[in-house]
Amino acid sequence: MPSRSHAGTRPGDGQPGGSAAPGAGDPDDADVAGDAAGDAGAADDAVTCDGLVVRYGRVTAVDGLSLSARRGQVLAVLGPNGAGKTSTVETLEGYRRATGGRVRVLGLDPVADHRALVGRMGVMLQRGGVYPTMAPRQALHLFARYYDRPRDPDALLDLVALGPVATTPWRRLSGGEQQRLSLALALVGRPEVLFLDEPTAGVDPEGRLAIRQVVADERSRGTCVVLTTHELPEAEHLADHVVIVARGRVVASGTPAQLAASAGGEAVRFVAPAGLDVTELAAALGPAAGGVAEAAPGHYEVAGPATPATVAAVAAWLDRQGLPVQGLRTSAATLEEAYLQLVGATDGQRGGGSDGGGSDGGGSDDGAGNGAATGASRAGASQAGASQAGHGRRDRGGRRRGRR
Amino acid sequence: MTRRWAAQTAAELSMTMRRGESLLLTLGIPVLLLVFLTEVHILPTGPGHPVGFLAPGMMALAIMSTAMVNLSIATGFERGYGVLKRLGATPLGRPALLAAKITAVMVVEVVQAAVLVAVAVGLGWRPSASGVAAAVGVILLATAGFGGIGLVLAGRLRPEVNLAASNGLWLVLLLVSGMLAPLAKLPTVLADVARALPAAALADSLHRSLTGGLAVEWWAWLVLAAWAVGGPVLAALAFRWE
Repeated sequence: MPSRSHAGTRPGDGQPGGSAAPGAGDPDDADVAGDAAGDAGAADDAVTCDGLVVRYGRVTAVDGLSLSARRGQVLAVLGPNGAGKTSTVETLEGYRRATGGRVRVLGLDPVADHRALVGRMGVMLQRGGVYPTMAPRQALHLFARYYDRPRDPDALLDLVALGPVATTPWRRLSGGEQQRLSLALALVGRPEVLFLDEPTAGVDPEGRLAIRQVVADERSRGTCVVLTTHELPEAEHLADHVVIVARGRVVASGTPAQLAASAGGEAVRFVAPAGLDVTELAAALGPAAGGVAEAAPGHYEVAGPATPATVAAVAAWLDRQGLPVQGLRTSAATLEEAYLQLVGATDGQRGGGSDGGGSDGGGSDDGAGNGAATGASRAGASQAGASQAGHGRRDRGGRRRGRR
Repeated sequence: MTRRWAAQTAAELSMTMRRGESLLLTLGIPVLLLVFLTEVHILPTGPGHPVGFLAPGMMALAIMSTAMVNLSIATGFERGYGVLKRLGATPLGRPALLAAKITAVMVVEVVQAAVLVAVAVGLGWRPSASGVAAAVGVILLATAGFGGIGLVLAGRLRPEVNLAASNGLWLVLLLVSGMLAPLAKLPTVLADVARALPAAALADSLHRSLTGGLAVEWWAWLVLAAWAVGGPVLAALAFRWE
């Protein structure tokens, strides 16, 4: 049995492919699949999917999905419900056979080499998985007996803060306590690969912190952690690398920061009462600033570089309205904005969903392209609004901002 | 394998002990029926002391409760709660899990037999020592058959439906099994159907061997052996792990 090697892993490094070029329009397709360094990387990769297809009868749950994760890396598979996240993870866990494509965990086939893998992986199912009448301490001690070199069950109990309910039957635990027990059970065997399916679903904030801490610890031990989530903050907090999945395909991948950056250009954002007259603000800002838009009720966006002048102008305008400065941000778009764009774009093109699924790299590239395109058209729209506004008032210096 | 099997067996047993309804089903009801029906003569138990008929019958009932109903309900809920699925991702493995369940069933059966024999002897039963070997043989075959039936139900039905179905089947088999009253008291057609079922074959065999000191009838061996093979095979084919 191969011993666990921490040498050669690069904990904390979110860039397996090497070329990390953040920015809109280039959402880092090299990381996920089919990059040229794939052969060299494959030896290091603890988990790989190449063009994975999973069908249930006539329903295609996973449609040419590719991803990979190394030891010491936390990969979040992010996507809406029904995107194919659980099907993907359960194929990696060996619960179902891939309809097409290739799946490897620690270099082994999850189904054919199941016996060899079970002692080296930890699994947290989306729900259940524990005897309803069994209490945490007994469950941990039982699971410890399954493994040759288990962790101390009582120490694990403390690690996930279940000491106070150590003898409470599983069915009387809260949702968060159940999730933490499932997590602890996944750790008993000192896994080299840890699969967590929606680990934070239904978990209270305290439990979330505990889970984040455990994931961080595992990462620094050199464990490869693959988790699914539909909660963006979790992906942002937990993962080195995020793969956004929609309708069974990867639509984007990268570090959380890269994905956020790909969502659109810089902007100044602030919060104020809904329904303010954005044309007036656009006029106040002048043509040097980008367009102004109310992205969501009460959430305003000034597109363009966040220069001190722009920020000052926004502040001055708010002052004239008698409003406080609230939620002022000059960051690029958040992962949430990237996610909504990408997932929204994919959902919007249902008609085109059947083509282009054949090649693994293709799925990723297609999706990224869609995301970028949506981002561009969104920016265009808000700028159109701005130039209208400029037209309606005055046209400083005779310059009109053209559309990007 | 041995370590995992032993740990799993201990866990299965501790969970059985903790389930009140399973203790009621496996020990409470057979002991209660044995005592009550021996003392209150409301059933046509045939010639001789009622306990001579009822003791083997209640032993058969206890075996059926443990190997079929108790195993089925527990396994059904484990399946429903994703426990079996989760165990599939541990090094326990299905053979060790199955071995542990079989061991746990047999341990419970030994306890049941000890308690029932003790109570029955207290009520005046004088079992035949010469029939013990045959009794053990038919109990093993019946356990395999009942276990197979229980796992077919557990492996296909939703836990709540399985709960009802297993208990319903238990009641039907109890009524047409010769456990409470001799098969000869049943309508002929029903008695013929009953003879093809493992419950009646077990009850009749235990009655003949333990109370009568007689050889087990060939049809009973045949029926029990057929269920002992057919039940588990069907379970292996039908069982869905999630």
